[in-house]
Amino acid sequence: MNEAVIATEVALEVKNSDIFYGDFKAVLNLSMAYHHREITALIGPSGCGKSTLLRSLNRMNDLIPGTKITGEYLFQGKNIYDSDVDPVQVRRWIGMVFQKPNPFPKTIYENVAWGARINGYQGDLEELVVTSIQRVALWDEVKDKLHKPALALSGGQQQRLCIARTIAVKPEIVLMDEPTSALDPISTAKIEDLLDELKKTYTIIIVTHNMQQAGRVSDKAAFMLNGVLEEFGPTDQIFFNPKNPKTEAYISGRFG
Amino acid sequence: MSLPAIHVQLRKKHRPLESVIHGFLFFCAGFSILITTGIILTLGFDALRFFTNDGADLWSFFTGTVWEPQIERFGILPLLNATLMTSLIAMLVAGPVGLAIGIYLAEYANRKTSGILKPILEILAGIPTVVYGYFAVTAVTPWLQATLGVDLVEFYNVFSAGLVMGILIIPLIASMAEDALAAVPRSLRQAGYAMGATKLEVSLQITLPAAASGIVAALVLGLSRAIGETMIVALAAGAGSKFTFNPFQGAETMTGHIVRISGGDISYQSVDYDSLFAIALLLFFITLTLNFFSRKIIEHFREVYE
Repeated sequence: MNEAVIATEVALEVKNSDIFYGDFKAVLNLSMAYHHREITALIGPSGCGKSTLLRSLNRMNDLIPGTKITGEYLFQGKNIYDSDVDPVQVRRWIGMVFQKPNPFPKTIYENVAWGARINGYQGDLEELVVTSIQRVALWDEVKDKLHKPALALSGGQQQRLCIARTIAVKPEIVLMDEPTSALDPISTAKIEDLLDELKKTYTIIIVTHNMQQAGRVSDKAAFMLNGVLEEFGPTDQIFFNPKNPKTEAYISGRFG
Repeated sequence: MSLPAIHVQLRKKHRPLESVIHGFLFFCAGFSILITTGIILTLGFDALRFFTNDGADLWSFFTGTVWEPQIERFGILPLLNATLMTSLIAMLVAGPVGLAIGIYLAEYANRKTSGILKPILEILAGIPTVVYGYFAVTAVTPWLQATLGVDLVEFYNVFSAGLVMGILIIPLIASMAEDALAAVPRSLRQAGYAMGATKLEVSLQITLPAAASGIVAALVLGLSRAIGETMIVALAAGAGSKFTFNPFQGAETMTGHIVRISGGDISYQSVDYDSLFAIALLLFFITLTLNFFSRKIIEHFREVYE
């Protein structure tokens, strides 16, 4: 654990945020809080703004020209969009795992070591690499080929490696953008198991198209439609007792 | 009128145009091979005739430090040395600058600045090399002499030619490097940024290594271009072979020598004339070797992305 980080009930809070791509309003007046050591699932049909929202949570949207974001994104009591905040440092504390596995064309070891090294990790780098790979349950599969190219791994292994390199930086929050949508069911199951383990240390926010997955892994779920947060609450409530008829329609498969 | 039954429609059709196109394309591909073979044979036979002369044998050709056809001394080293010196100087300029421009265009520049920079690079690449040659002689050399002193810098010198040749090669390396970098998937950059990397860290430690094969290809192609470049060295590097490691002296390169001798009133039956083919053959082998190695390096470093 990082002692510099104050443990609070709320890990990240969004207040009254609009997100624009040029003239297109992708997210409308959204407010929600992500709680510490919980998995929050963002669900909704394609184009509902959930991935856009996710990328705004660690300022990855800065990399897309024409993006405009209003409102407040409070992390550790600080709005990450304040002008005196360094987006590079935001991303160092709020990491991200992507839809398609995207390991660097480096060795397995280097993939995990790189992020820690550029962030000035002072401890034993080798130990960090080993524990990070162990935490994603990949160790037995790669321990004999740490210095072989990461791209030689299977898709599921690559994605677990990507999670390992993300947690090697020791972030507070891990954002996941449909992390299993490019994987087979067995690899998907492994990553879902992993999420349960990871939430002991990290706050996780996951975008998923897979309803069963959201039901299985998340503590809270948020349903978004056309850029609006329609309903947000405990996963059981969203899935079994939704208050909003739109949520119910989506959950029961009537659209989307 | 009804259509014939389907099993009749399934029958093989004769498509003459397909065969014609196939034949034509095959001819084009074969033609280039034919031409290449022809060039190699011409070079080879004439070079062979050169080596049957009394004054010329392979050993003294490769180890001799004097190239004086008048006294039948055919040692390639002065010419080869001058070629390597101009090429090295050119690469010292074009390598870093071209790479830096490539990185800037691929990673840093916005649409507006790259919209200005790229046409300028294209203009630079489109200037005839003879103009570059005159630029070396009339601008760069006087400037070198003014800054470093006339005693140190001869009027025809290797340094000026190499410098200007470097400028000539910058656009080539810059645009090839940019293409190689632009081909690196965006997802890799995002992965880097998502771990708290700065733009410089992503550019130099993620994108650049991922584009290594293309970058190496750009550098090797630039070097090939430098070794084969003729007009600038013919004009600015000096006439007359000289075995020197001082870049501020004049020394004729292999290409410079070929163009000067073949442009003069030389007899086609002389050893001098044949010697040009030996030089050309060596040039050809150097370029071939470079291309061979660059291909090996590319295969070795190549990363396959989905």
